Amino acid sequence: MSYQIPKFRHPDLPVNDLGYTKAAYEGSISTLCAGCGHDSISGAIVRACHELSLEPHKIAKLSGIGCSSKTPTYFLGKSHGFNSVHGRMPSVVTGAAMANRDLLYLGVSGDGDTASIGMGQFAHVVRRNLNMVYIVMNNGCYGLTKGQDSATADEGSASKKGDANPFSAIDLCATALQMGATFVARSFSGDKEQLVPLIKAAMSHRGFALIDVISPCVTFNNTAASTKSYEFVRDHAEATGTVDFVPMRQEITTSSRPGAAHEVTMHDGSVLRLYEDADTLNPFDRRSAMMALMDHQHEGTILTGLIYLDKNSRDLHDVLQTSHRPLNQLEESELCPGNKMLLNINASLR
Amino acid sequence: MKPLQSVNDFVIKFANVNGTGSASANNLFAKALFRMGLPVSPKNIFPSNIQGLPTWYEVRVSEKGYLGRRGGVDIILSVNPQSMAQDIREIEPGGYFIYDNTKPLDLRLVRTDITIIGLPLTRICNEKYKDPRQRQLFKNVIYVGALAALLDMDFKVLTDLVADQFKGKEKLILPNITALELGHQYAKDNFECPLGIRVQAANQVGDKILLDGNTALGLGAIYGGATVAAWYPITPSTSVVDAFEKYARRVRIDPGTGRRNYAIVQAEDELAAIGMVIGASWNGARAFTATSGPGLSLMSEFLGLAYFAEIPTVLFDVQRAGPSTGMPTRTQQSDVLAAAYASHGDTKHVLLFPSTPKECFDLGALSFDLAERLQTPIIMLTDLDLGMNDNMSDPLVWDDSREYDRGKVLSAADLDNLERFGRYQDSDGDAICYRTYPGTHPGKGAYFTRGSSRDEQAVYTEKGEEYERNMLRLLQKWDTIKEYVPRPETTLCGKPTDMAVLYFGTSEESSREAVDYLSQEGIDLDAMRVRAFPFNQEVEDFIDQHERVFVIEQNRDAQLRTLLMAEFELGPDKLKSVLCFDGTPISARNIRKQILEHLPGNNVTPLHRKIRAGGVGEKA
Repeated sequence: MSYQIPKFRHPDLPVNDLGYTKAAYEGSISTLCAGCGHDSISGAIVRACHELSLEPHKIAKLSGIGCSSKTPTYFLGKSHGFNSVHGRMPSVVTGAAMANRDLLYLGVSGDGDTASIGMGQFAHVVRRNLNMVYIVMNNGCYGLTKGQDSATADEGSASKKGDANPFSAIDLCATALQMGATFVARSFSGDKEQLVPLIKAAMSHRGFALIDVISPCVTFNNTAASTKSYEFVRDHAEATGTVDFVPMRQEITTSSRPGAAHEVTMHDGSVLRLYEDADTLNPFDRRSAMMALMDHQHEGTILTGLIYLDKNSRDLHDVLQTSHRPLNQLEESELCPGNKMLLNINASLR
Repeated sequence: MKPLQSVNDFVIKFANVNGTGSASANNLFAKALFRMGLPVSPKNIFPSNIQGLPTWYEVRVSEKGYLGRRGGVDIILSVNPQSMAQDIREIEPGGYFIYDNTKPLDLRLVRTDITIIGLPLTRICNEKYKDPRQRQLFKNVIYVGALAALLDMDFKVLTDLVADQFKGKEKLILPNITALELGHQYAKDNFECPLGIRVQAANQVGDKILLDGNTALGLGAIYGGATVAAWYPITPSTSVVDAFEKYARRVRIDPGTGRRNYAIVQAEDELAAIGMVIGASWNGARAFTATSGPGLSLMSEFLGLAYFAEIPTVLFDVQRAGPSTGMPTRTQQSDVLAAAYASHGDTKHVLLFPSTPKECFDLGALSFDLAERLQTPIIMLTDLDLGMNDNMSDPLVWDDSREYDRGKVLSAADLDNLERFGRYQDSDGDAICYRTYPGTHPGKGAYFTRGSSRDEQAVYTEKGEEYERNMLRLLQKWDTIKEYVPRPETTLCGKPTDMAVLYFGTSEESSREAVDYLSQEGIDLDAMRVRAFPFNQEVEDFIDQHERVFVIEQNRDAQLRTLLMAEFELGPDKLKSVLCFDGTPISARNIRKQILEHLPGNNVTPLHRKIRAGGVGEKA
């Protein structure tokens, strides 16, 4: 079932450049478990889109199957949504993006949807560098079927059932880096201050942007022996450095801290500022990013923040040299060569 | 045994080794006959292999215009010792065996009831050419030259054709003509030409063309306005996307920017290919995929989504022999049931059955109109025989006054005038609802597409009555679809009869010929070619009007018959099966034989009486 959020809003809610309050970016009431990390991520998406003053109808939100893939109902109610089949969201987004390059494609998936049934499509959408934001709501378990371990569950981690997971974990960030991803980040559903700017940066990136968000499952995987519990992640998360995101056109005000180590101008003109607290990671170097991920895994900590960014990313439309006008807007007269050409073809076949 | 005598009516088969360049020489032979005004139907029988295995090329010549396989071979042109024993056995009594006698024929293979003609092809080549590749390539051209003499072909037609074929590579023209002359001269000098079987120029092809179905289909997609093609390579469908790309590069480059007005994505598998088609179609582009049986199996889950969520989807299935990997380079019509009911749950899909390259083009283009109008998958079932062989066909025509039917799509202005948008609300009573493309309107028309149950506003629901209402609407839409899909083609024999044949796709030509044979024997049959599923009312009426209907198809399990029985709730007695599933196209002789097996005894008393008396033997 779907339940609508009551229409009543505080009259003094802040509006963005388009005159919209945050309500314009919300969806139906969530039916996930109270305290689910996924709801916080939905909230971060709403905030990021509102603060970026995106037109809701110019966003398409797509998902696969699972708890995470239900969330698109709970944000961006004015956007077209597509809840596809299990593990196959990447192919649907690929087709959609080929048809209309002008929309912003937001894919939402889970660890089962991405790292197991959808691993093949995930790998290939990364390789193609499709221009999309791909958020994994990663809780290390299958919630809808009552808590089985997923392929991202750490070896030795135990969910509510109590058995330690005997298999090695798939690290989606490392996988994406290896497959050639051009934007790789990891975050925690409990850290909106980090997550919101990362989502904004991902939305401004031209090409494939992965955000792997650890998002604890309060019902099945928030145990003391789980490495995807709120407590464990809070205790073991180590941020790469803080991230500020300055949208295009917005003046750089005093709210931005001085002393950024890097300022990156994104494809749409926005500025991404990175304040690095540690000198162990160069986020513009794929090998450094991979090494940092492995080092943290070795230490049993979770590296969060922006892990890798390719400033010269070329997306699939660049590679295929498709028309700058969306393909779905081409007219019949531009598509159909008419009978005259057939006369020549027929003549060549006699 | 008197050697076979005929003019413009025979079957010749070339026995080659694949990867030796024989295909272009054999094409040259067939096309030369076509240019002499003779209906030809060349068929490649090739292995799933790149080099070194036996491959055959069978050409039927029929002045009467029978284009299906006749069955039997009158002449074998053999340059492959690997398959020689089998090839010699296949020749009709009185036929001809033409072979490379550089190495003498194994005496155990000799047949006294055929004419054996030796051409020292290897020897001629070794004497004439030094380069091993040239020796191999020109051997093929030399035997075409020899055949020209033996069959009395117009030599000038051949040399003109060579000139046409190598336009732009003029250096190659003269050596090829020389090779043709070598063979021609050798045959003239050593044999009494022509043979009992020969050709003479006729005027039986009119404005027809010689084209393979896959190329026609690729062109159909261009003309139908497809902009997104997503596919995974699989024989025998690969050349559909190849053709689409070839013509797209010609006509779909934006003159101003040089950018492409199309996108072709080679997917990681067939699941992704169909997912991309669904994503693109959902977003308002015309998109398609091409595949074969194994790909269709993989696409099943997504086809269920497209059916249930009502997303236009175009899928071209070039069928091959299944199940599983089956015989990947042999033909069959065996995906009928898998396509018709693809996916779990209650699903039914629209099928189109082309039988000629022209129809591949026409129905290929029409698929996009149908998919968008009907908001459901359109699956075209062609096959390897039609897709990969040059078939004689009516020329391709496009009506320039025709406009694409983009179906029920609401614009921003439409939405402004609408009080409330319901994606799955049947406003027109035809069970087809209005859709919107993403990004159309800032405040209206957004909805959630999903494979789970939902109400008319596209909101998730688990209410049984809402689900049931939606499923019933889809069934009602199935009735609407019957009005849109191509109607069958009926050929009445003009005499009172209560028997008929019913077939689809590439069984057409052989069926037509078999009906003629049987008619000469006093067995009159009406005929219907089904062109689409769901079956139109005409199909039901036609079956009703006949006591016995022979359903001719190229699979083991009588899949079309099963579909007819299921959809029309027919008992098992009325429809009799005529089947061929050995991987070769069904032949006219085979059809005739199977129909006769259903009708033992000669045809003295009216057949329907015999049938009513139960005098018809059933044989599977």
